[in-house]
Amino acid sequence: MNRAGRVLAVSAGIAFAAALTAYYIVSYLMMTPPSVAASGSAPRARLTLQTVASLGFKPHPDWVSYLAKNPQGKWVHGTILKVPAHSLVTVTIYQYDTATGLRNPFWGGFHGTVGPVTVNGKAIKTLDPSLASHTFAIPDLGVSVPLKGVADKAPNQCSVAPCTLAEAHNTIVFTFRTGKRGTFRWQCFVPCAAGFILGFGGPMQSLGYMDGLLEVV
Amino acid sequence: MTIPHTEVGPARVPRHWLRMVVIWAVLSAVAIPLIVLVLGPHLPPGRMTSEAGSQRDANTLMTALLAPIVVSVLVFFLYSIVAFRERGAAIVDGPPLRGHVPMQTAWVLFTSVIVVALAAWGSYTLIVSSHGAGGGQGPDPVAVPSHRSQDLVVQVIGQQWNWTYRFPAYQDVETDHLELPNHSPIEFHVTSLDVTHSFWAYQLGVKADAVPGVDNVAFVHTRDDGNFNIRCAELCGLWHGHMFQTGNVVTPVAFKSWISSEQKAEAPNLRYLPPFGRTYFPAPFRRAG
Amino acid sequence: MTTYAAERPLQPAWRGLIGFNMFTALALGAGGWFLGAWIGGQIAVGNDYLIATDQNDVGILMGYLFGLIGWLGGLGFFNYPVSRLLGRPATVREKESGGAARYFTLCTDHKVVGIQYFFGVGIFFFIGGLNAMLMRTELLRPVERAWPAGQYLSLMSLHGTMMIMMTSAFILGPFGNYFVPLMIGARRMAFPRIEALTFWLVPPAGLILLSAIAFGGIPTGWTGYAPLGTEGRSGMDAYIFAFMLIGLSLTLTGINLLTTILTMRAPGLTWTRLPIFVWGVLSTSILMALAAPVLIAALLMELMDRAANTSFYLTSSGGSPYLYENLFWFFGHPEVYILALPGFGIVLEILPVFARKPLWGYKLAVAGMLGVTFLSFMVWQHHLFVSGMNSGLRPFYMLTTELISIPTGFIFLNAMGTLWHGRIRFTVPMLFALAFFFNFLIGGLSGIFLSDVPSDVTTHGSYFVMAHFHYTIMGGLVFAFFAAVYYWLPKMTGVVLNERLGKIHFWLMFVFFNLTFFPLFAAGFLDMPRRVSTYAPSLQTLNDFVSASAFVLGSSMLIFIANLIYSLVFARIPAAENPWASRGLEWQVPTPVPLENFERIPIVNSGPYEYGVEGAPPTATLGPVAVPAAGS
Repeated sequence: MNRAGRVLAVSAGIAFAAALTAYYIVSYLMMTPPSVAASGSAPRARLTLQTVASLGFKPHPDWVSYLAKNPQGKWVHGTILKVPAHSLVTVTIYQYDTATGLRNPFWGGFHGTVGPVTVNGKAIKTLDPSLASHTFAIPDLGVSVPLKGVADKAPNQCSVAPCTLAEAHNTIVFTFRTGKRGTFRWQCFVPCAAGFILGFGGPMQSLGYMDGLLEVV
Repeated sequence: MTIPHTEVGPARVPRHWLRMVVIWAVLSAVAIPLIVLVLGPHLPPGRMTSEAGSQRDANTLMTALLAPIVVSVLVFFLYSIVAFRERGAAIVDGPPLRGHVPMQTAWVLFTSVIVVALAAWGSYTLIVSSHGAGGGQGPDPVAVPSHRSQDLVVQVIGQQWNWTYRFPAYQDVETDHLELPNHSPIEFHVTSLDVTHSFWAYQLGVKADAVPGVDNVAFVHTRDDGNFNIRCAELCGLWHGHMFQTGNVVTPVAFKSWISSEQKAEAPNLRYLPPFGRTYFPAPFRRAG
Repeated sequence: MTTYAAERPLQPAWRGLIGFNMFTALALGAGGWFLGAWIGGQIAVGNDYLIATDQNDVGILMGYLFGLIGWLGGLGFFNYPVSRLLGRPATVREKESGGAARYFTLCTDHKVVGIQYFFGVGIFFFIGGLNAMLMRTELLRPVERAWPAGQYLSLMSLHGTMMIMMTSAFILGPFGNYFVPLMIGARRMAFPRIEALTFWLVPPAGLILLSAIAFGGIPTGWTGYAPLGTEGRSGMDAYIFAFMLIGLSLTLTGINLLTTILTMRAPGLTWTRLPIFVWGVLSTSILMALAAPVLIAALLMELMDRAANTSFYLTSSGGSPYLYENLFWFFGHPEVYILALPGFGIVLEILPVFARKPLWGYKLAVAGMLGVTFLSFMVWQHHLFVSGMNSGLRPFYMLTTELISIPTGFIFLNAMGTLWHGRIRFTVPMLFALAFFFNFLIGGLSGIFLSDVPSDVTTHGSYFVMAHFHYTIMGGLVFAFFAAVYYWLPKMTGVVLNERLGKIHFWLMFVFFNLTFFPLFAAGFLDMPRRVSTYAPSLQTLNDFVSASAFVLGSSMLIFIANLIYSLVFARIPAAENPWASRGLEWQVPTPVPLENFERIPIVNSGPYEYGVEGAPPTATLGPVAVPAAGS
């Protein structure tokens, strides 16, 4: 091959490698779920979330997942939640999944909440751990609230997100306080990842499903 | 060992080995006191427990012992690179030295003595003087403090991705934050609910793997009050790096008031907790759903 | 008599693509993947836990298996077994002529395999390095900002696994295969087709590992601990399959090299005249042959836990994570000596050439290597000191781990004795060899901290361990690899590597390697665990300094690649037959090395380190071949 040919071949190789690298970075590494802002602003904000038994659409139609409602009222499949700092955040969770039960019954109690926690309108002190379907927990802020599961035989269960209020669900409402700015992780503590060993694989270890970030801005 | 006199120049052949020894001695004489007196007190993990103190002493001693070894090898290499550098362009061979049995024997003996002494001293520290040096010893610890019956037993439960603690002496209460009384013997029983974690309380000098189905025992004796970091030291999944908490060593009075307030706060949930057990296998354990 | 493939008449270039080669292998491998995935789907149909997880581990594993079969079939590895089954006569060699195309085929010329290894392993090594640069980008800030936590874990696992997989054969692959027959005066390796197989298992292993990205990544790091590995997504299947393939490749490499060295030495090549590099290869081969199968077993059991509902490693059903940890580290500790020993062999081979003195303390060096080999099987529980292992055994493993530093120390004495009163020339290979000793000194002595159990309680699972093994593996093996590259590439390719670029590469790499990894000892002492993408904000300055140094370190690698491309593709200055005036037997053959290596089997006169001996004959008598002039 003459010199020009060699230059061309080497340049093509370098361009190919650079393109592959760019593709790797942009389409895999930088994948994050969408973020949803809370409604309202400091000092009071509101978050509305739902948990579903199976997402119903790609890429993981059979995975459990959280969804969040954006301030415009649309359900978004995202778990990066933006809340204001130094505020009281009231969280309403529509829980559509059946109970799996907590592995550590300790998380059946309510931690880090301000005021009572209500389930379907009734204030309760603690949840029977075997009735828990999911948890909403922010360990860095000391917050942990188990979410009561829908009865196994309840009629009209939801199977495709986003679920509507017409389908069988429990409504859990609680409030927690945010402090200074920062990013905190939140997660579920119920081993609800069906089919995975220990129930903690798959959606339980994926942002956008049973894990997320709380961005206090 | 005779070295052929190949260079035309000064009448005296420089005694390279003597120069190296002198340089080494000077540097070591400076380094060792610096390490012991200046660096030592800042080496981890500190003195908040006597086991942490034992670790720090081990780290200090080893740094002080290894420094002259590093210096000796470095001095030799750097000196040789400078003194025995070939300056001309021609490739000239050096003297055909193949070995020196007394030198090799001395080296083997010297390194063996240091190494065996370190191992012996390390075993003594581990088993006799520091009750396991804060490390997890498994369900049948060999290095047990004599007053074990007086220990405050704390069960550390690792789970994906947080730590909880149980106190069998206080009605098996479970908490998600750790406080300990000062000047007390503590016995950690570390276990896991799911995958392998590792309970690392830095300033306490405790590191014990949390393995499912295993009761990993570690002993510490707290000294003065302070805060300590708790991190997970074994990769356990998505939020491994976020399994971070701060614990406190407080006065026994403060500890008692803390734990009774925890008992009050956890009272509604207490009946759902299983009785205290060395290992923890609440269902569900296999593939959920 | 050996048989050659017939010379082909001139034909259009594209015709050369048809036949058993890498491109056919890729096509058949892809076809095998789809076939296997379909078969796996049929096997697992209706399995409710596979439906719930939206992944089919059985399908993916079948896909990899059939893809591998397609790959190997496409290269022609089944041709010889089938022809023998059909009763055709035995042959030793195939496809050894044919120009550049033979580098993409099953070629039994050990020199071709060496070059294939150099590029095959090298490409994946740089991909692993790219992952490291991306990791350090994330670690610029204490909270995950660049990539989310899950992707960081995959990056870290890919980096570690790719590096271990590829650097296990970093020296034995390219240089062991190329030069061991030359150094022992043989015409070939003992098992040429198996030798080619050990190479052709590497690209599928690398590609399968990279495919983990498409299946959810790898959450466990290179150690693959169960039960975390058992609950991972399908990317873990990629990890397990790829690592098993490398385990197979290592086992076969070890058996092949061991047999070659034991049985095919030229007359006159007694054990005391064997080049020290060959002793290093011998020791490494023993470890490969004995330890790598244990890895395959441990990973196979994890695979079955994932895909076949067994519970070897699941406590709740009677298994134990300890089983995995012990099996893995029984392989894992000899593995790190598989990484270190070839480095010892290389640097002790190079030092005499550029100090112009015999290797000082030859027998001690051999004793050191064999001592390390023997002891490396007796230390593995030092990875498990705080895991809850039997605490009564800890002093034993502390002792054996401390003891292994004694034979390791012999290597330093050999180096020091060789330099003593030498006539040292600072060529690029010599610079890398000297830097090896500096780095391995720090790496090895930091291992003493880790071997002492009270000190290990401080440092286990922290960045201190990271700094220790990067100093020994990267500071040791990778520097030795580059020493070998600059030393031997003129013989392998017949082309001179640019010395100036080589020196820039060396100095940037050496300085910034130390600036990257030395602060990590402090990070570990300052309560930073390993495998995390978040850390205490007070450590940000330290981490930023490390990341910046790492970026420069990465750029030094780019300079090496630039040197390779410039020297091999553009400048193409022919190298002298023996540019370093080395007395090694491999330098007595002409460049390019003839197909049969030697016209007649040489008769070895002495060891290859007879520098400074008046009137010493060449290391071997090759017959009518002219003795190379010193300094040519």
